[in-house]
Amino acid sequence: MRMELIQPFINSADAVLAQGLQSPTAIENLTMEEEAYRRRGIAAEVCLSGDIEGRIIFDADQKTAVRFASCLAGAELPETDGLMREAVCELANQIIGNAVTVLNDQGFHFRVHPPTVHTSEQGSKSSEDTEALVICFSTESGNVFMNVALRYHRRRAMERIAAV
Amino acid sequence: MEKFAPVKRSEDGQAVRYLIVDDSVFARKNLARMVESFGGQVVGEAGDGVSAISEYDQLHPDIVLMDITMPQMEGIEAAEKIVRDHPDARIVMVSSVGYQENIVAALQRGARHFVQKPVKPEVLYEVIKYVMRDDGAARGAGAGV
Repeated sequence: MRMELIQPFINSADAVLAQGLQSPTAIENLTMEEEAYRRRGIAAEVCLSGDIEGRIIFDADQKTAVRFASCLAGAELPETDGLMREAVCELANQIIGNAVTVLNDQGFHFRVHPPTVHTSEQGSKSSEDTEALVICFSTESGNVFMNVALRYHRRRAMERIAAV
Repeated sequence: MEKFAPVKRSEDGQAVRYLIVDDSVFARKNLARMVESFGGQVVGEAGDGVSAISEYDQLHPDIVLMDITMPQMEGIEAAEKIVRDHPDARIVMVSSVGYQENIVAALQRGARHFVQKPVKPEVLYEVIKYVMRDDGAARGAGAGV
């Protein structure tokens, strides 16, 4: 996986989490995931298509999801499933959007699909083409995991450039 | 949240009326809190572009804060349709996706300004002040905040 594709997502997650949770964040660890994705808490998935294809899953524990929701709403909110899912989707939306902005201005063109709640306990196994990188962000409210499985379509990008 | 000097409508000194359009209820609540801290009044909310058009037709708000990526109809298309029917509409795009092509597309289709998420209240406040002053001559000049 090309690191220059991943770095904007890491930077964006760091910035959005810090602002959204109003507390500092740190990258706890970064690992390649060889087994199928296993959901840890409340998860949202965002799919990308175009020069870059694949998916990113954001997975937050309940406490972190509630904290983010409360910060956005400006009031303490209860731990209800609907609220937490909505909060993690909005978190995913903001992180992906900021990263896409950077990548697009660097010449990568792709479409971002709206986030969907990832309800199954397990996801598809990553392949050689779509190996998944898992980044764990630690916050004062708990951990947020970002599971990135992306593939760069060189041919598609070249076709786009040739067509211009 | 920080308090700001109220932004008023120049014609009658009344509170600015807002329509907030975003598919995320949290994003809408967050924006509502901000504009209320600017002395504004939220007169309507919508969760997609189609509802935004009908809400605009009914409410005629002073400012629309419009997300881009939404179900049914995206924000840029909704903005274009609103401005086509209401050339004086003041629409500020509010999106996490802030690359140049997106901003240019939004401004070309009639949006007055663009604010990137996560929204900082002080940035949105300056944009609102600018847009409320805008008489149309400077339309499309502001972006990328």
